[in-house]
Amino acid sequence: MSNLITIRDLTKSYVRGKQKVEVLHGLTLDIPKGDFVALMGPSGSGKTTLLNLIGGLDQPSSGEISIDGKRIDKFSSGELAKWRAHNVGFVFQFYNLMPVLTAQGNVELPLLLTNLSAAKRKQNVAIALDVVGLADRSHHKPRELSGGQEQRVAIARAIVSDPTLLVCDEPTGDLDRKTADEILTLLQTLNRKHGKTIVMVTHDPRAAEYANRTLHLDKGQLAEQAAH
Amino acid sequence: MTKTGFVIANLFRKKTRTFLTLLSVIMAFLLFGLLQAVNVMFNSGADFVGATRLVTQARVSFTQPLPSRLLPEIEAVPGVARVGWMQWFGGVLGENDQIVAFAVDPLRHHDIYPEWVMPDAQWKAFAETRTGAVVGRVLADKYKFKIGDKLPMKSNIFPQKNGSKDWQFDIVGIVDGKDEQWQRNSSQVFINFAYFDEANQFGSGRAGIYFLKLTDAGLAKQVADTIDKKFENSPDETKTQTEKDWNIGFAKQFGDIGLMVRWILFAVFFTLLLVVGNTMAQSVRERVPELAVLKTLGFSDGSVLGFVLAEAVAMCAIGGLMGLGIATLLGLAIQKAIGAQLPLSVDGQVWIWGLLAIAVLSLAVGLFPALRAQRLKIVDALAGR
Repeated sequence: MSNLITIRDLTKSYVRGKQKVEVLHGLTLDIPKGDFVALMGPSGSGKTTLLNLIGGLDQPSSGEISIDGKRIDKFSSGELAKWRAHNVGFVFQFYNLMPVLTAQGNVELPLLLTNLSAAKRKQNVAIALDVVGLADRSHHKPRELSGGQEQRVAIARAIVSDPTLLVCDEPTGDLDRKTADEILTLLQTLNRKHGKTIVMVTHDPRAAEYANRTLHLDKGQLAEQAAH
Repeated sequence: MTKTGFVIANLFRKKTRTFLTLLSVIMAFLLFGLLQAVNVMFNSGADFVGATRLVTQARVSFTQPLPSRLLPEIEAVPGVARVGWMQWFGGVLGENDQIVAFAVDPLRHHDIYPEWVMPDAQWKAFAETRTGAVVGRVLADKYKFKIGDKLPMKSNIFPQKNGSKDWQFDIVGIVDGKDEQWQRNSSQVFINFAYFDEANQFGSGRAGIYFLKLTDAGLAKQVADTIDKKFENSPDETKTQTEKDWNIGFAKQFGDIGLMVRWILFAVFFTLLLVVGNTMAQSVRERVPELAVLKTLGFSDGSVLGFVLAEAVAMCAIGGLMGLGIATLLGLAIQKAIGAQLPLSVDGQVWIWGLLAIAVLSLAVGLFPALRAQRLKIVDALAGR
């Protein structure tokens, strides 16, 4: 299987106050198309930083990141925004839905960046909400939904523009066990049935078991790799 | 959902706060509309008169009447086509309804002011009836005056020779303005100067203020200088200016209305700037993570700036248009209640200034929060840094 994500000698450092903190040190990694990878590691190991770089939310200090053959480390901020809109779906721990919009409005938001007609947008939103099992809650606002339902809306928003890659930052970190399992099963389905490549940061070993393999990060470097 | 729908939804996310802020914008623009209308009203008298007429008044004050004996000397000045005069009568109708009334020479007045339109027969009747009076259309409609009616009018300045300030005239004409603006100002009474001059207790020979029609508007300065020079160092020194300047000067006896209006509006808009600016800044501060999510989803920095700026524009436009709309309706209501003596009209000019103010205010209150939103770094904003 060809690689969707190719990372070479990736370094990322931040300046915090007067101190320069290097979070990732010369990291090299390949993730094939259609893979479901869990990133684990202690706090401060660089998991979220790596996820942000893969998702094009941040730029590396040095090294290369290629996604589907495109060197996103070379992109400008505007190019990255455009790239994210078409290629990546994001799922956050705290859902990060727009409280003023209904589930339907939240899912439709990324489609406002496309040239799709209102009718086509509505159709795509309906499909995405159906995939996550929330077709009947489309007119509810986030405060009228449970945590699990909110996360399903967030997943629908992530997949509505049909991206190749889903990046998930602790997607079950705010959910009870049962709901977490439902969300992880949904992610697994998206990976297996719809061919989405998923990179997921988690602290939870049980969540990591839903992935095809787990990568362990420690002090900004890959420590070990385990297949499930 | 559309981008506009998203902006409106965000604008009303905290309804009480938004409604209170909108209320302050509405009040500010209501005040703006009415005050600008007052300003326009005090200047409009000057705007619609022509520059082809000059006014010669006593140098000290227009309240000091110039004598009639100056007439031949003024008429002799090259460039002067026709000379008329007006004496302020200080008219009061009914109990204490102050009105604008002038004693004029009928035929000269007709020649100098073609803007006042009336059938020739009525001008003739005015000239031939000693106690004749001509009433403006607006005033005639208000008091239901018609030709042939008696017009009892007090003067709060001039008593008759018998000591009574109660005068009586015969209405011989109803005068219209040549266009809408002149018609709106047709709320005065003209009485026959010959009768007034003879019957008033203070004596005859007081022309008041002279109005000059010129052969050529280009001669205005030259004629004005010649007249004032002619009477320099005499007991009747004159001040001659265009009718437009004279009207502006007349309005300014109430004070510099324009300056007062500007200062009041400055205070109002400065306060508004703080109120709306604070609301916008607070609104952006509260949803930094949401703005970061928008960027995460692929909205560019410019789009996010646009969303925030659009909210400021929507807030100012909704409030501003409502305020100006209410001011327009109030202006009409005031005009209807008081009559054309107070032509308070929130007209096109006021709306243009209002729309300009909305645009400037939107930018002033929206630009800084919008720039802040534009510059947000996604990873920092999502991490709450």
